[in-house]
Amino acid sequence: MAAGSAWRSMLSQVVGGAVRRPALSSFSRGMQTVTLIPGDGIGPEISSAVMKIFETAKAPIRWEERNVTAIKGPGGRWMIPPDAKESMDKSKIGLKGPLKTPIAAGHPSMNLLLRKTFDLYANVRPCISIEGYKTPYTDVNLVTIRENTEGEYSGIEHVIVDGVVQSIKLITEDASRRIAEYAFEYARNNQRNSVTAVHKANIMRMSDGLFLRKCREVAENYKDIKFTEMYLDTVCLNMVQDPTQFDVLVMPNLYGDILSDLCAGLIGGLGVTPSGNIGANGVAIFESVHGTAPDIAGLDLANPTALLLSAVMMLRHMGLHDYGNKIQTACFDTIRDKKVLTKDLGGNSKCSEFTADICRRIQDLD
Amino acid sequence: NSLLLITYKMPLLQPPPAKYGGRHTVTLIPGDGIGPELLNHVREVFRFSCVPVDFEVVHVNSAVETEDDINNAITAIRRNGVALKGNIETKHTMAPSVKSRNNLLRTSLDLYANVMHCQSLPGVQTRHKNIDIMIIRENTEGEYSSLEHESVSGVVESLKIITRNNSLRIADYAFKLAREKGRRRVTAVHKANIMKLGDGLFLQCCREVASGYPDITFDSMIVDNTTMQLVSKPQQFDVMVMPNLYGNVVSNVCAGLVGGPGLVPGANYGHVYAVFETATRNTGKSIANRNIANPTAMLLASCMMLDHLKLYDHASSIRNAILNTMNETRLHTADIGGQGTTSEVVQTIMRFIQSKGQLTSEY
Repeated sequence: MAAGSAWRSMLSQVVGGAVRRPALSSFSRGMQTVTLIPGDGIGPEISSAVMKIFETAKAPIRWEERNVTAIKGPGGRWMIPPDAKESMDKSKIGLKGPLKTPIAAGHPSMNLLLRKTFDLYANVRPCISIEGYKTPYTDVNLVTIRENTEGEYSGIEHVIVDGVVQSIKLITEDASRRIAEYAFEYARNNQRNSVTAVHKANIMRMSDGLFLRKCREVAENYKDIKFTEMYLDTVCLNMVQDPTQFDVLVMPNLYGDILSDLCAGLIGGLGVTPSGNIGANGVAIFESVHGTAPDIAGLDLANPTALLLSAVMMLRHMGLHDYGNKIQTACFDTIRDKKVLTKDLGGNSKCSEFTADICRRIQDLD
Repeated sequence: NSLLLITYKMPLLQPPPAKYGGRHTVTLIPGDGIGPELLNHVREVFRFSCVPVDFEVVHVNSAVETEDDINNAITAIRRNGVALKGNIETKHTMAPSVKSRNNLLRTSLDLYANVMHCQSLPGVQTRHKNIDIMIIRENTEGEYSSLEHESVSGVVESLKIITRNNSLRIADYAFKLAREKGRRRVTAVHKANIMKLGDGLFLQCCREVASGYPDITFDSMIVDNTTMQLVSKPQQFDVMVMPNLYGNVVSNVCAGLVGGPGLVPGANYGHVYAVFETATRNTGKSIANRNIANPTAMLLASCMMLDHLKLYDHASSIRNAILNTMNETRLHTADIGGQGTTSEVVQTIMRFIQSKGQLTSEY
């Protein structure tokens, strides 16, 4: 079916050229090391599901499990544990499960720390309708690229006087240029036709105006890709009426947060949406973006699809397309078949049963 | 501090003073794009139905840098108390100091509540059915404060301001409206997990106001989850209240869910003034002057205005005609999948009004 093959080719392209290949010394002959961060809540069980599936597929991945619970380093600054950092710096590739954001633990969210530590400046979320998982929207095929370091999430807030709070949204030339360049590179490497910059420069004249200007400048160097600009509200309006008109979307942090979740909602939610974070220095961390689901943790009820699809994104990023294709096909066939679905997908099977079905299909494919 | 709330009288909006000889005067700002033609149709329908409203037309030129035009418009609205407007374009080619005219209007007149009622219309094909959401959006502060500066070259800071007063004010408006309309639940939309102080303050104010309305359920939802829920299960929402930017996103998503920008009217209320327009405030340059724009949103906005002026009979008559054309006759413009022109739809509406036996003028 068109949507299925679009998804296949999309996913194979998604990370294929998305990152300038780092120096891959231990690559493609032997085992490639990947730092695995299982996470909290359902994290460990879906991570082990992914590891089991990879083992069945005989993918040449050696997992290095690490914990990223923040610790206080010298000087009192919160940081991720040094062994985790060391592992990521060496392997350059990471796969991460959901991390819980502590309310009163005193330290910032781990996701934020990871982002800062590895300068993960681009969040890439391909949203493609999954054949076999029905939503009111079919034929969705778009990618949201969100600037992930600044914007409204600078975290700078002050109480000016009692009862008046000011939050600062930061837009810089460098970050805007960097994300625009990434978006166009990505579009070019993945045979996408157009890039749309999403903004609110009618209201935030200077900040979004700067972002838009940088996008326009970068577009000059990519004449083969169509560049358009659209207001955030117009994108939202059109997205829920006809998502097929969108291709690659690039935007600052807050709009990216909202839109990427909106698009995830179109294809079925965070339980089936993959995500990749691209950093400077060739680092890439792929993650499932759903929460830790503490209410079902440890009960073998979780859906590993999101983490699995992110892992497939990772395989393609590493050039291991065959393995990626095999695992993805098995996953989609299981979902399309509807016999062994987890609760969130509309069935009532266990996570282990879902995983086993995928493993069986992989073995059959061999 | 709820003592502050006592000093805030929530006045019942009185009809404006500009009423002479039984006729109201309303400021009309045509704006750009499809605004002028849609407002002409409103005037046509009003004239035909003998509505006792005279329009004072004030043009605002979006191509000039000076603020004289918009200031004249604001003065006219202060004089008349009520306005009906099209969207005024904000040109990017102009310097950043040239602020959005629409925003200037809203903040100068302190039109603090933007109200939008999204309802599924039986005659319109949409993916989701049975939607009935009221969105109340803070309209003057938040990300739309227009306070920006470039402290260092290449680094721009834009300030988002949240104040206790305005947050309490909008929350109070939301709960009062919910009670008045018999709604059961109010949901506050926010991002307080990231903007802890700003949105945290907003949320806290909503909670404070909610405690005074025990008959209405109050809950909150983070904005990204909200958009996800809206595209999968929009029927779960009743009344939603939120700061400015999230209001922009949510109202556009909801308008898209019920059929698009051509269908939903919007109202901007302050303590003293009220301005009516289409809910999603589109200029529609690409469809201007081609007789294809959907007149529904603007006409329904004019009906909201008539309700505000206490001309209830006229409002009902026109509204019924619009809904009949939409749902029974099913004469639709292109944006909702039909082939009718704007003028055909307007004529059908006028014919329906005439058929009901009310006083109409020649047409």
